[in-house]
Amino acid sequence: MSRPALPPNPDPVLNQPISPELVKKHGLLPEEYEQVRRHLDGEPTLTELGIFSVMWSEHCSYKNTRPLLRGFPTEKRGATEHFGRVLVKAGEENAGIIDVGDGWAIAFKIESHNHPSAIEPFEGAATGVGGIIRDIFTMGARPVLLTNSLRFGELESPTTRRLLRGVVAGIAHYGNCVGVPTVAGDVYFDRSYEGNPLVNALCLGTLRHDQIRRGAAKGAGNPVYYVGAATGRDGLGGAAFASRELSAESAADRPAVQKGDPFMEKLLIEACLEMMAVPGLVVGIQDMGAAGLTCSTCETASRGGSGIEIELDQVPQREAGMNSYEIMLSESQERMLVIVQQGREREIEAVFAKWDLHAAHVGTVTDTGRMVVRQHGIVVADIPAGALTDNAPVYQREARRPAYLDETSRWTPAAAGLPDLDPAGARAALARLLAHPTIASKRWIYRQYDHMVQHGTVVVPGSDAGVVRLRLGAKEKFIAISNDCNGRYCYLNPRRGALIAVVEGLRNLVCAGARPLAMTDNLNFGNPYKPENFYQLKECVEGLAEACRFFDVPVVGGNVSLYNESPEGAIDPTPTVSVVGLIEAEAHVTRQFVRQAGLRLLLLGGAPHELGGSQFLGLIHGLKTGDAPAVDLEAERRLQHLLLAQIQAGHVAAAHDLSEGGLLVGVSEMLFGTERLGAALDLTGFKAPRLDALLFGESQGRVVIAVPPEHEPAVMFAAGLAGVPADAIGAVTGAPHLKVATAAGALDWDLGGLRLGWETSIEVAMKRPGLG
Amino acid sequence: MNIAVLQFPGSNCDQDAFHLFASGLGLPTRYVWHKDPALGPTDLVVVPGGFSYGDYLRCGAIARFSPVMRAVRDFAEQGGLILGICNGFQILCEAGLLPGALIRNTSLEYRCMTCDLVVEEAGPAFNPRVLGSRVRLPIGHGEGNFRIDEAGLTALGTHGQILLRYVDNPNGAMGGIAGIRNEEGNVFGMMPHPDRAFERFHPSTDGLAVARAVLSVRFPELSRKSA
Repeated sequence: MSRPALPPNPDPVLNQPISPELVKKHGLLPEEYEQVRRHLDGEPTLTELGIFSVMWSEHCSYKNTRPLLRGFPTEKRGATEHFGRVLVKAGEENAGIIDVGDGWAIAFKIESHNHPSAIEPFEGAATGVGGIIRDIFTMGARPVLLTNSLRFGELESPTTRRLLRGVVAGIAHYGNCVGVPTVAGDVYFDRSYEGNPLVNALCLGTLRHDQIRRGAAKGAGNPVYYVGAATGRDGLGGAAFASRELSAESAADRPAVQKGDPFMEKLLIEACLEMMAVPGLVVGIQDMGAAGLTCSTCETASRGGSGIEIELDQVPQREAGMNSYEIMLSESQERMLVIVQQGREREIEAVFAKWDLHAAHVGTVTDTGRMVVRQHGIVVADIPAGALTDNAPVYQREARRPAYLDETSRWTPAAAGLPDLDPAGARAALARLLAHPTIASKRWIYRQYDHMVQHGTVVVPGSDAGVVRLRLGAKEKFIAISNDCNGRYCYLNPRRGALIAVVEGLRNLVCAGARPLAMTDNLNFGNPYKPENFYQLKECVEGLAEACRFFDVPVVGGNVSLYNESPEGAIDPTPTVSVVGLIEAEAHVTRQFVRQAGLRLLLLGGAPHELGGSQFLGLIHGLKTGDAPAVDLEAERRLQHLLLAQIQAGHVAAAHDLSEGGLLVGVSEMLFGTERLGAALDLTGFKAPRLDALLFGESQGRVVIAVPPEHEPAVMFAAGLAGVPADAIGAVTGAPHLKVATAAGALDWDLGGLRLGWETSIEVAMKRPGLG
Repeated sequence: MNIAVLQFPGSNCDQDAFHLFASGLGLPTRYVWHKDPALGPTDLVVVPGGFSYGDYLRCGAIARFSPVMRAVRDFAEQGGLILGICNGFQILCEAGLLPGALIRNTSLEYRCMTCDLVVEEAGPAFNPRVLGSRVRLPIGHGEGNFRIDEAGLTALGTHGQILLRYVDNPNGAMGGIAGIRNEEGNVFGMMPHPDRAFERFHPSTDGLAVARAVLSVRFPELSRKSA
């Protein structure tokens, strides 16, 4: 027996029968449609079909990735009562929460807005920032910092310049206005992202343990409130749009891109935090992000084990005549759903009146387990809430190792007959590497972001990690945050590339003087229905999980963005990793910049010797090949322990992780903090088979530290004891020259010239005209 | 002493200003909501930075109509001390409490960076003898390009109303002007943020001296304390 047909929808357009074409247009497979019918025990209405299509999209359901994500550790084994306990786990809520001691905690999460940014870079990036901020204050936390991770095609392309300009302006527009500082980020420019840029935004907030809020609808009879901006037709079906490949027709999807209003968001933050501070008033709260009113109602009902009924006539609307399909699927920004304790309606209304915001009583919590939607009193959707969330389909896709890996993994410079550098070639290569936008200073970008508001920024953008002082009641704590992911490594060796992303992030934290706490990740990949893409995804996730288990770094949440493809093919696999650590004392805060002559420079980890996947190979030889650099997890652990102990002992004046560009790029970057210093290096002691690999190779687990001469013996002794290779490679000098003695001859550079290229490369490129 | 920090919808440096005075200078400080028709007893009104009402029209153009601004205007007329920082400076200009206007940076981009500033001769409280010849303060704004007519500019110079000038002009402001006061000497406005320059880890702690210099217009003992 099937359910009786629902009454006709008030809008006749929505009463058309569901054809196979309509099902396909909604991105549902025929077998998925059969499941919809089983869940409903009958035919869906068009409104219901729309609801299923957004909730079962990859963006909301993780249907192709859920089994993989179960491999992530979600608890910290070595957590103590004051450090690192996971208070809210990944997947439970809008963001995970970690204990930082003294009754305080941090909530943080990263999320992508890649597809909207490709079509409409300014609004796409802006609303990405807005969405992630809502995920954090929904948990009861005050947002205190933002970071972002961006990927673009090469800057020679006018399209790339248009996208970069728009994305940066969008992030600045939103983040600056809401008053949350953007303190760190990472940006890569590579052809694989041409036409499909990546825009991943992270927000971190602070809260007391007793302030943690849940997105659950509990207590039948409790009123359901809609607060914030009115609903319009913008962002219709954005979640479904984000779960498709980009194509030439994507520009027609522009209505699926939302418009942001950071002022509204700022009011919403303050009003919601004020409301949540009233004891016992708020039962549950959830932002209306992807899939808007649909997602927030069925998810809160599903989490609360309850049901929910709403009347769309009560929903504040920006335009007249919106039908139920449009209202339910709209992704208008800056809206929240709040479940309030029955009988206390006046209190929530008073808070929102103070902030001149809508607070509309749109419905009621029930105990039926169903999500029932009415318009003008007529039922337009009636769905078991669990069917949309917990019972969404889950797939294990087919994985096939891409054929190109056979060729690239076997590549070696010797077999390829790649000539080594002579001194003249080395001189030119360093200048070119420093001026490549991936390595060059990102000042043009971060000076557009307010990175100082809230007056807690300790280390501004441009060093290995951002550092922020948190004011927690009467206490102060210092946290460090770093984003990483080298897509080139992940392309050449997905599992190891992902492992490197975690390990490098942790190394960056340690270089800043921090003890790693936890991480969040953003999986950016191509279409998972293509077995080669799914192989990359699966391998990368396993690599992330392995590194997290080894270093006892729980994953507290994240985001999956698939279908990152343009007509030219999939992007390089990019599992962006953001790690957060705690710095025990302000005195331990360490930067990458040297500030005085006479400091000794020590290379920890041994001489670099690999060329595979390096920026050098890409830029100088036009090759994206070889295997990703090797990773020795045990050696990495020894290195990080040693470095943190030496920083805490006060022996380290500056520390810099070697990454893209290798040793000489790293040393140059350490010198760019002032205009008056240089360095003299002696690398003749290294038995290096190739000069290019020694100077520009990207072997992992390498850090250069600057040490006052009186501490050098202690550091060298400790390194010996710990089994960490440590070599005194030179000293900081009082003149702006970089002099390097190598077995192949002496090299020297005027640092002023190198710095000019490094500092102005992006700025100069951006002065050229962009499209549109 | 009692410091009042205004809060408009969209103010986002209100906490920064609060802590400059409360934590940095150890003075009793409180917030005043923009819908409050009265300020209550106070010795200094701080109009903080941010994006009041989103600044979708002209910066500060709507905030000047907030109920509290009537009280602020009365307070100014009675000689009360007022300091506007960043958006606060823009609001004071829109409200007619300071001359001139702030328009978009010539780069058309927001700028967040630390600036060196030349301290000008602006009376017994605010001058190079009190503050030194230069101070270092962060800026963070998209509309900090100070404009005024020819006569107004001359008047600013003649009356010693210019407080600070940028060493390297980041926004195209006329004469590199970063901050001014009114002719009477009780209303101050500046684009740079003293409220981002008072903690150990800030780019400088010059914000403390700048805040003290403003306060010492009415409380000369403060500048003696700092000297």
